[in-house]
Amino acid sequence: MTITAELVFIVPEITLLVLACIILIADTLHIEKHATLTYWLAQIALIVIIFLVLIDFPDESKRLFFGNFVSDSMSGVLKVSICAITICVFFYSYDYLKEHELIKGEYFVLGLFAVLGMMVMVSANSLLTVYLGLELMSLSLYSMVAMHRESQTASEAAMKYFVLGALASGILLYGISILYGVSGTLELPALSAYIEAQSGNNILLVFGLVFVIVGIAFKLGLVPFHMWLPDVYEGSPTSVTLFVSTAPKLAAFAMAIRLLVDGMGPMAGDWQGMLIILSVLSMAAGNIIAISQTNIKRMLAYSTIAHMGFFMLGIASATQLGYAGSMFYVMIYALMIMGAFGMVILLGRKGYEADNLDDFKGLSDRSPWFAFIMLILMFSMAGVPPFIGFWAKWFVLKEIIANGYIWLATVAVILSVIGAYYYLRIVKLMYFDKPQQMTAIKASQEMRFILSLNGLSLLFLGFMPGALMTLCIRAIGY
Amino acid sequence: MNIFDNMEAIYLAIVLAPLTGAIIAGLFGRIVGRNGAHWVTIAGVGIASILSLIAYKHHVFDGAAAYNGAVYTWLSVGNIHFEVGFLVDRLSVTMMVVVTFVSWMIHIYTIGYMHDDLGYQRFFSYMSLFTFFMLMLVMSNNFVQLFFGWEGVGLVSYLLIGFWFKRDKAVFAGLKAFLVNRVGDFGFLLGIAAILMYFNTLDYAEVFQQAPALSTATIEIVAGHDWSLMSFICICLFIGAMGKSAQVPLHVWLPDSMEGPTPISALIHAATMVTAGIFMVARMSPMFELSETALSFVMVIGAVTAISMGLVGLVQNDIKRVIAYSTLSQLGYMTVALGASAYAAAMFHLVTHAFFKALLFLCAGAVIIAMHHEQDMRKMGGLYRYMPITWFTCLIGSLALIGFPGTSGFFSKDAIIEAVYHSNLPVAGFAYYAVLAGVFITALYSFRLFFLTFHGKERLNKHTWEHLHEAPKVITVPLVILAIPSLLAGIFLIGPMLFDGYFMQAIHVASTHDVLAEMGKDYHGVFSFTLHAFKSAPVYLTLAGVVTAWVLYIKFPYMPAILEKRFSLLHKILINKYGFDDFYQVVFARGSREIGRFLWRFGDVRLIDGFFVNGTALTIRWFSSVVRTIQSGYLYDYAFAMILGLLFLLGIFVHGILN
Amino acid sequence: MLMLTDVLVLAAILFCISVAGIFINRKNVIILLMCIELMLLSVNMNFIAFSHFHGDIRGQVFVFFILTVAAAESAIGLAILVVLFRKRKTINVADLDTLKG
Repeated sequence: MTITAELVFIVPEITLLVLACIILIADTLHIEKHATLTYWLAQIALIVIIFLVLIDFPDESKRLFFGNFVSDSMSGVLKVSICAITICVFFYSYDYLKEHELIKGEYFVLGLFAVLGMMVMVSANSLLTVYLGLELMSLSLYSMVAMHRESQTASEAAMKYFVLGALASGILLYGISILYGVSGTLELPALSAYIEAQSGNNILLVFGLVFVIVGIAFKLGLVPFHMWLPDVYEGSPTSVTLFVSTAPKLAAFAMAIRLLVDGMGPMAGDWQGMLIILSVLSMAAGNIIAISQTNIKRMLAYSTIAHMGFFMLGIASATQLGYAGSMFYVMIYALMIMGAFGMVILLGRKGYEADNLDDFKGLSDRSPWFAFIMLILMFSMAGVPPFIGFWAKWFVLKEIIANGYIWLATVAVILSVIGAYYYLRIVKLMYFDKPQQMTAIKASQEMRFILSLNGLSLLFLGFMPGALMTLCIRAIGY
Repeated sequence: MNIFDNMEAIYLAIVLAPLTGAIIAGLFGRIVGRNGAHWVTIAGVGIASILSLIAYKHHVFDGAAAYNGAVYTWLSVGNIHFEVGFLVDRLSVTMMVVVTFVSWMIHIYTIGYMHDDLGYQRFFSYMSLFTFFMLMLVMSNNFVQLFFGWEGVGLVSYLLIGFWFKRDKAVFAGLKAFLVNRVGDFGFLLGIAAILMYFNTLDYAEVFQQAPALSTATIEIVAGHDWSLMSFICICLFIGAMGKSAQVPLHVWLPDSMEGPTPISALIHAATMVTAGIFMVARMSPMFELSETALSFVMVIGAVTAISMGLVGLVQNDIKRVIAYSTLSQLGYMTVALGASAYAAAMFHLVTHAFFKALLFLCAGAVIIAMHHEQDMRKMGGLYRYMPITWFTCLIGSLALIGFPGTSGFFSKDAIIEAVYHSNLPVAGFAYYAVLAGVFITALYSFRLFFLTFHGKERLNKHTWEHLHEAPKVITVPLVILAIPSLLAGIFLIGPMLFDGYFMQAIHVASTHDVLAEMGKDYHGVFSFTLHAFKSAPVYLTLAGVVTAWVLYIKFPYMPAILEKRFSLLHKILINKYGFDDFYQVVFARGSREIGRFLWRFGDVRLIDGFFVNGTALTIRWFSSVVRTIQSGYLYDYAFAMILGLLFLLGIFVHGILN
Repeated sequence: MLMLTDVLVLAAILFCISVAGIFINRKNVIILLMCIELMLLSVNMNFIAFSHFHGDIRGQVFVFFILTVAAAESAIGLAILVVLFRKRKTINVADLDTLKG
């Protein structure tokens, strides 16, 4: 296949790049108070991308551009999910940014560039593309966090995120350079083949692997590389927190699969052990520290850490079904956390962030419907059957048990049970405590609608987890 | 068209009607209002109740075959299916009737009892929701759904125990129930996991079918020690039952659960939920029959519970607590019957107990309401003049509880004692004397309650006395309706239920254990059974108990105080409930600080101060501050943590290879 | 003759210095940015060395990309620094501790 013929497979990426640039220019030329045009153009761009991915949905795995790029069903599914999630995130954000007078066209343009970075990561087939996608995404996210220039916390969060992120990508790069040095190749399948051909353990490969794992763990927020996460979640404007906590996790999942499975599959014995250590640490630290939090954004950050630890167990099982379980988990997680931050946005209003746990007190008196939605979200996160969060945990647990890690499953279950307390505490606050304020909830009809849809989709998925699971299994089983 | 053509729809309706009521009353409570909430839930449970009766007729009188089918396949992965399925046979249909009927009566009673409560709609919603979960549990045809119902009833139970969440004690009791049940559930889950691992299915029918083939399989949990797989699974499942059915030593939550409103004590903590464990073991009879170890374990636990909890009941002064300990003791009886393989007798006692214990609780509730929420029996007395209906129904309930010849409790309890007598398990001798002694104790504490409350000197204060009156109709009507089966259910049920193969294939008893068949040889009808009872010890023990109670509390009311002094050590042990509560308190509060701290940290300061002595509260603050300092806020600390992590991984893995 | 190991050791030393700089420095955020730059350069060193000894050009191509990204990264880093300074009037690392716990 010639390069021009191969271009057809990256039409979505190219289109996104072109549209993002056009929107950027349109935004600078067309100055208006609410950046309405930019917002709608960005939403349309995302819809177009979904459409483009779907028309030519990759059924079989194709490696293109001298092995730098891969197009397979996993990338297709993830790209669609990333775009769809971003659409919802923009939706929530638009309301939030307008309300808090933070609206700037750049938010959406940066978001689009971040999405482009994620799409590149998802389709990466060489160490170089992984790195480039990662950086494009991260750089956009750093600037988004810093966008609220009047906020003390946002700039601090941005600085911390930036420095630690740069440190993490430096470490990742160092690992990549070692891997390149040992194998003499940048392509992931070739790297895998090289490792396969090696007999016995190669000390340098393991050395490089540790650095790469650190890079991945940082993006996902695994302990002890999680320190940025609570600060960034708390410090950023909620709309940015929302974005940082959803789509990039999917991309980070893809990065883990690409690097570890595609690139270093034969070394599974080594990275399994590392991932298990990080997972257990994350679940323990996340669940325990979350209990003492009073800020809900920060609490959700620790809950994220715990969730990411749990999710990593699927990859650590090193089986196809385990990867599928992790993919399922991360998608569900994105939906859940989106709803949870959506609730924070919903309860806030001009000049007031509803990010304290106390703001949820007596919500059932203020709005029984949204208390119910939050109940679904919290039960789902806690993993109470039959909510979807339970299935996510179940799929992962089943795989690690099937691989003989019964002790690990026990630890995971015990830690999740500890974690259930802080989710249930919110339910308790909503249903059993007196509200501290009786102001009616001020949010647009669309916002209410999307949030309800978000919550109900979790409820619905809880009763029909099969379809999404089948999709994930198919996507992974190349 | 015959309504029996489409039983599946009926079963679905039985389950969904209470759920619908619960949703309407819960989510739209403000819209439908107080009256709307009680009407919609009572209608929902009423429909379920009537349909259950139809299903009962269909199975028991028309002799329909058991229904086993999936109504909705949730998910299937590999060969494991998650389904919502119903197994309706004579065992489950009996439970369905008991659950829905008792629940219906208690719903009606609640209108009167909770009349002035702010959380009126919420309360009705919870009760209907509970009925839904209980039906799911009972009708399930697989372990997943069983577990779902199991956790569901538990959840509602905690919510309802802590219903008056402004009372610290209620919140604490809810939490205690939650924690103790976690222990039981852990065993239960372990059992289910073992079943999944070895049977590769979670469907009852398939598991039971494979069970005999695996009866000699072993499992190695501690290296070098092989355990019988069946014993392991059964004991694990039974540990779950111990939590839910409050058997020693997991019983501590039940007396405290009396902090909840009285209708709940009657519905959940006497008639239905606590019997879920008994039902579950009966349902699993094909597995329990394969392990004599498990059966012996069950029997010992039951016997210990039956006698020890009855003794504690003797020294309680709170009217509800006496009944709570009586419930514990009666659950012990059922458990003993399970151990003796007399599953039918256990179920029989479960049914009769559901009626008379619900009745007793509702009577207690009526008294409490009349006394303006005074629950101390020492401040009552002589109430029979003011509350004749309550007095009379309570008398019937008490007679049934002590097993007065002819009442429902007489037949079921006698059957259990007989069954234990016939059992050939090595521990049966001990169990027999325990349940025999239990009869005397039961009679003593029941009539102590009865005499202290309704007879003797009036010890009320003036204010209460002025307002004393018989309860309103919504309260007395359920009392009377429940009194009828309490009195008569035994006469009609004993023959068919115990000896005529009533449960058919629903319960499986190995021929070597079949004590009921043994008893059946001597059974010649209700009348001769009753006459025969006069030739054996239990009836005389009962009478002795009643007489003793009369002597102690009516004739010579100063006697108990003297006895108390004379046997002060024994009295102290009983007052302290054998020290279980204190022991757990110590274990939870001090021994397992590590876990405790995490668990309790979430609670309100109020709760922590209530639970821990002040010193431990300080420890928590200290711990919390330690955890928080890890996230110091300083960039260089974060970077340092990352580098440490990197070095740690390098150390383990790269160093590991070098060696 | 310059050996591969020599270059690698040098790169490793540079890397360690930069990492140490990030967590030892408690004063100036700008030094952090310099350390990050140094870290990327040490990686570049690695790549070039490997590329040379493998006789493979792709390592050097990677270096170009890293340089570009590093430029973008510094730009964003400095921009964040400016925002931070405007709001806080300090670029002391030890002062960035409002978010914690």
